[in-house]
Amino acid sequence: MSYATQKLAEEKVFKDPVHRYIHVRDQVIWDLIGTREFQRLRRIKQLGTTYLVFHGAEHSRFNHSLGVYEIVRRIIDDVFVGRPEWDESERLVVLCAALLHDLGHGPFSHAFENVFDLDHEEFTQKILLGETEVNEVLSRVSKGFPQKVADVIGKTYPNKQVVSLISSQIDADRMDYLQRDAYFTGVSYGHFDMERILRVMRPREDQVVIKSSGMHAVEDYIMSRYQMYWQVYFHPVSRSAEVILTKILHRAKALSEEGYDFETQPTHFKGFFDGTFTLKDYLALDEGVLLTYFQTWMSEKDLILADLCDRFVNRKLFQYIEFDLAKDYVKMKELEQLFKKAGIDPTYYLVFDSSSDLPYDFYRPGEEEERIPIHLQMPNGEIHELSRESDIVEAISGKRRTDHKLYFPEDFLTADGKKKALKKQILELLK
Amino acid sequence: MLEEHAKVVQFIGVADGITGRKKLQKMVYIAKKLQYAYKEKYEFHIYGPYSEELTLRIEELCNMGFLQEERQDKGSYVQYKYQMTDAGEHFTQMARVEEAEPSLVSCINLMKEKSSRFLELVSTLLYFDHLAKEDQIEKVHVLKAKLKFTADEIDEAFTFVMNLMNQRAVQ
Repeated sequence: MSYATQKLAEEKVFKDPVHRYIHVRDQVIWDLIGTREFQRLRRIKQLGTTYLVFHGAEHSRFNHSLGVYEIVRRIIDDVFVGRPEWDESERLVVLCAALLHDLGHGPFSHAFENVFDLDHEEFTQKILLGETEVNEVLSRVSKGFPQKVADVIGKTYPNKQVVSLISSQIDADRMDYLQRDAYFTGVSYGHFDMERILRVMRPREDQVVIKSSGMHAVEDYIMSRYQMYWQVYFHPVSRSAEVILTKILHRAKALSEEGYDFETQPTHFKGFFDGTFTLKDYLALDEGVLLTYFQTWMSEKDLILADLCDRFVNRKLFQYIEFDLAKDYVKMKELEQLFKKAGIDPTYYLVFDSSSDLPYDFYRPGEEEERIPIHLQMPNGEIHELSRESDIVEAISGKRRTDHKLYFPEDFLTADGKKKALKKQILELLK
Repeated sequence: MLEEHAKVVQFIGVADGITGRKKLQKMVYIAKKLQYAYKEKYEFHIYGPYSEELTLRIEELCNMGFLQEERQDKGSYVQYKYQMTDAGEHFTQMARVEEAEPSLVSCINLMKEKSSRFLELVSTLLYFDHLAKEDQIEKVHVLKAKLKFTADEIDEAFTFVMNLMNQRAVQ
């Protein structure tokens, strides 16, 4: 028996709060889970700074990756198996891609990528194709197998049906994270009837479609997605924590460039500050490492770095107001000047945050440049785009909603001390 | 602050308007691949490289009144035209975005002359520019099989990229 088809002597199961059990029978999958690069995902939270708002949101990318694998496994082993439109030889590549799709995420992914201009997708590719334990396992299947998995995750795999299971507008990735994030945050949105959706998924030539009888289950999924984005993912307080985290990294980088003598040297960050980092440096980072630095930097001589770290570690977050930049651009410039006069550096303490900084991929019906929309398979075999059949989806799809906020340390402005009149003037402007 | 937004407004301003979302996506991607300073993250989608970030920025800029979107019904599909507004021009000045360098202006104008089909081909080739030329072409044939790009079109695409790179280098 080849390594690709080798089964475990006994099925392994992981107890999971969302899917109850995650079943592993393939030796390859079991070996991948045991690699150091996959185990690293235990130390990266799925929702970054959201745990500072929803205290239950401590779940990791490891949990989520197993969940995506399980959903794909159920689709292909329970629903697609035996159907002429499904190519059974794609089974292993799609299972591996599902398991490994988030492998390249770094600590507090979004903020870290933003500051150092990185892309986790690129790191996923590098881990799959570089000198790693994951690559060693995948290469045992066949020489070209790591590249095949990388192509599925990178959406350049020739079989689009396979890609769409992992990445489309109704894919295993979203179906897992919506339910998992709802469960761990404790919110009541995010729930939908996944079992029903899985049962009505059908493989077609270039995509996976939904039997029209399952439309209402899909409507529920679209609504969950819509509500979770605005209620959890874009929560203004968790964005405040992310703003502070971003500013800590910016400050540490700026200090390093100025030659500042850190009491706790940022050894793990050096390569990221000067752009010389390697894959090994990247894999050595996790959220535990970052939080340890933040703890020690709370005692640095640099007051800005120390203060920002204290705010993050002890959850003394920035206050925020709604801010319409189109109308208030001049006001922003005035505020920057006043902050400087008050001795508060606006670079770190007056931050405009826009919702497009964290892309919100709400359902789009699919226009000229968009992704493949959700298609319903009608009883006569025709394919219809979801929003043409569903009034509910039509009502919320493609609707613009943007959100802009201005973050600032209100406690600095209300504290007793010097420049009281100036600070009062700032607070008036921020009302 | 909002420097990346301002650069997108400037891009559309330099082009004196761009018709087609796909065309706009590919133009910014090609400029980015030529090392002009655009930060939008791109992934591969059905029509080649696509940036959700850019889509959202455009939507925000329309909401803020810095860009104007015109919806054109083409029968079987809808096309969108984007144009910089006076408020958008003022915004780029306030945001202190550096004036577009001559090679970028030329690059934008050359791209604007091309069809979105051609730009889809160019951007797909550039997406695989880490591969050898024959592998890049192979990728186009596999991933864009339905578009049936001819050898002449592919040659023209390589020449087009080379011209843009030369202009960038000369400046």
